[in-house]
Amino acid sequence: MKTLQDVAVGRSAVVLRLHGTGAVKRRMMDMGITRGTEIFVRKIAPLGDPMELTVRGYELSLRKADAATVEVE
Amino acid sequence: MDIRIALAGNPNSGKTTLFNALTGSNQFVGNWPGVTVEKKEGRLRFREGVTVTDLPGIYSLSPYTPEEVVARRYLAEERPDAILNIVDGTNLERNLYLTTQLTELGIPVVVAVNMMDAVEKSGDRIDSAALAKRLGCPVVEISALKGRGVAEAAEAAMAAAREGKAPPPFPYSGAVEHALAHIEEAAVHHLPGAQQRWYAVKLFERDQRVQEALGLTAEQIAHIETDIAAVEEAMDDDAESIITAERYGCITGWMSECCRKSAPGALSLSDRIDRVVTHRLWGLPIFAVVMFLVYSVSMMGVGAAATDWANESLFGEGFYLFGLENCWVSGVPVWFERLLDALHVADSGVGAVIRGVVLDGIVAGVGAVLGFVPQMLVLFFMLAFLEACGYMARIAFVLDRVFRKFGLSGKSFIPMLIGTGCGIPGIMASRTIENERDRRMTVMTTTFIPCGAKVPFIAMIAGAIFHGGAWVTTLAYFTGMAAIIVSGIILKKTRLFAGDVAPFVMELPAYRLPTLPNLLRSAWERGWSFIRKAGTIILLSTVLVWFASSFGFTGEGFRMLEEEELHLSLLSALGSAVCGLFAPLGWGNWQAVVASVTGLIAKENIVSTMGVLYGGEGNVYTALAESFTAASALSFLVFNLLCAPCFAAIGAIRREMNSARWTWFAVGYQCVFAYAVALMVYQFGCLLTTGAHPLGLAAAVIVLAGLLCLLLRPAKRAGRKEGEDAAMAA
Repeated sequence: MKTLQDVAVGRSAVVLRLHGTGAVKRRMMDMGITRGTEIFVRKIAPLGDPMELTVRGYELSLRKADAATVEVE
Repeated sequence: MDIRIALAGNPNSGKTTLFNALTGSNQFVGNWPGVTVEKKEGRLRFREGVTVTDLPGIYSLSPYTPEEVVARRYLAEERPDAILNIVDGTNLERNLYLTTQLTELGIPVVVAVNMMDAVEKSGDRIDSAALAKRLGCPVVEISALKGRGVAEAAEAAMAAAREGKAPPPFPYSGAVEHALAHIEEAAVHHLPGAQQRWYAVKLFERDQRVQEALGLTAEQIAHIETDIAAVEEAMDDDAESIITAERYGCITGWMSECCRKSAPGALSLSDRIDRVVTHRLWGLPIFAVVMFLVYSVSMMGVGAAATDWANESLFGEGFYLFGLENCWVSGVPVWFERLLDALHVADSGVGAVIRGVVLDGIVAGVGAVLGFVPQMLVLFFMLAFLEACGYMARIAFVLDRVFRKFGLSGKSFIPMLIGTGCGIPGIMASRTIENERDRRMTVMTTTFIPCGAKVPFIAMIAGAIFHGGAWVTTLAYFTGMAAIIVSGIILKKTRLFAGDVAPFVMELPAYRLPTLPNLLRSAWERGWSFIRKAGTIILLSTVLVWFASSFGFTGEGFRMLEEEELHLSLLSALGSAVCGLFAPLGWGNWQAVVASVTGLIAKENIVSTMGVLYGGEGNVYTALAESFTAASALSFLVFNLLCAPCFAAIGAIRREMNSARWTWFAVGYQCVFAYAVALMVYQFGCLLTTGAHPLGLAAAVIVLAGLLCLLLRPAKRAGRKEGEDAAMAA
């Protein structure tokens, strides 16, 4: 399964499914990460985590552990 | 009848600016009951009889964060007459997601598209007429910053409130609509028609808070469950995901119809700033420079000068107005002294008592409250700037990796940094942490860092016992940092903090230049709330300790004491009574206990009290060296560094926790932790130096074992899941 965590910096991916549960998953969806959304990985924080993404035209930061629950194409 | 308008919108959408533009100075700031979330209400400036309630900035009406729960409860239960929904025109897609939830509540909605100036400048186009048609509610274009369209938005909201017509429900796909119709019939048909939709959607999402609020029977829930499961089966996804995806799917459609981006992919100024500021290599150095600036201006430069002025001049002898030599203005205590003179209050007998109460008790207490304010205002101004310009979110982004390991947010760095100067603004700076759990944890641990007032005390111990070794100071700071890390790890595994997870799914808002009035207002609001909420506690406790230390029973009966007679005071009697408690820590004498208590007024008092108590004849340092061993001195040092902070800081904790229970818990934890660490320091210290006390050593070993156990116990991998269940059930 390829997840958002595996997407290289500067690349985009399309969301297939969210595998998380509860508050974190709901929060990710509320912030616009839903099935079929295109997500661009902008950069990784200086210390290696979290990631900075472009979702629906704005910047969102997400921990790698949570990004690993997002299955992408 | 008053019209009540609720102002709702995403964080960073300019909501506060709009609220200020709508209400001017007619605002009441408070807290929503039971949570640390701020509540603001105001009267509309342009018209009589309109109350505007500023809801917390939220992205959704989901039941997971305190902000969302507070907003939801207000909208669903208090039912304002209209909702003014502010959306950021430069970030329309995500902002409209909340709108699709607000329009479901059965309350009239007016959408105000903010930052239209920025939208026009970038060459983008928003067809607000088309958007209004899709949403089924009025859409007003505004620029809160420039004041454009603000009055029109208010008028539109008032008109909508008077008309009372709610927007049409958001259209879901056939299968979902079918299930919603079933749910409405099965569970919510007794509610007013306009409210049924929202409750039905929440029940479809299996929202436990709503299930409980409606008091559904197990039967009803099971009945609804079959409808939900059928849709989930058909659409191969869970209910919450289906609803969210349909909302966003619909918004994407609206976007292509109502908006035109001018040059897709062009690098904006904000993008270019961000490239540098969170760069892989330069990110950290830039962060260090920013922090240095914040610290040096607020703690050493302007802020320190202002606080010194307040403490030494305003609440001291006096000062030269604007530094002019012929404009001497006396300090507040001097004025009060003159007032007492004018009233012919004698300098002895009852008069002396009155003088003492007024000058040393009340004026000193008020001074203790107000003395911090100038520095705090400078700091709050800078924090407001960091927040409003968008850099604060980047701090969390850059530091998250380090801080989340011990249950804190990257934003906890600022309170701790400020805490090295003074714990009070440090605690107040925790306001910028949006997650309630992280905020509480930060408030509890910030004062472990040695503040400026503890430095003279550290220097005294170092000078008297350790021949002025610089390592003592270094040790003090490392002890503080270790205490934060250890406490973070221990506390985050407790039930209190495991309760709600802290999803770090954070927007990094576009960089913006804040306006001066907004920054000043924000700084003033925070400073004022400190004076109001923390002031009472500080004043009362200061007066109380002052009373206990300056009155006592002497040969001539109960009377006020001279400074050299501290050993006769009520406080020293109390110290003698409880000092046995501190014998295991190596300093079970009443002098040390009394010094620790006076340290609660201000930590630098420990030094002056020790001076009085150990002064007598000869050098204080020599007397100290005689009554303390290396182990007991270190234990005394560590205890006073870690135990309850001064009253002013406790007041600040009370203000930020917004709960007496949490305040007691925080102070209690700090004292117990300090006692445990000091016990270990003394007992293990004795083992290494003068020889161990078997019983004490055994106690220290047990404490150490207990601490290690708390520290190393598994973080419960399932803790996340459990926590969520608890949060949902709550």
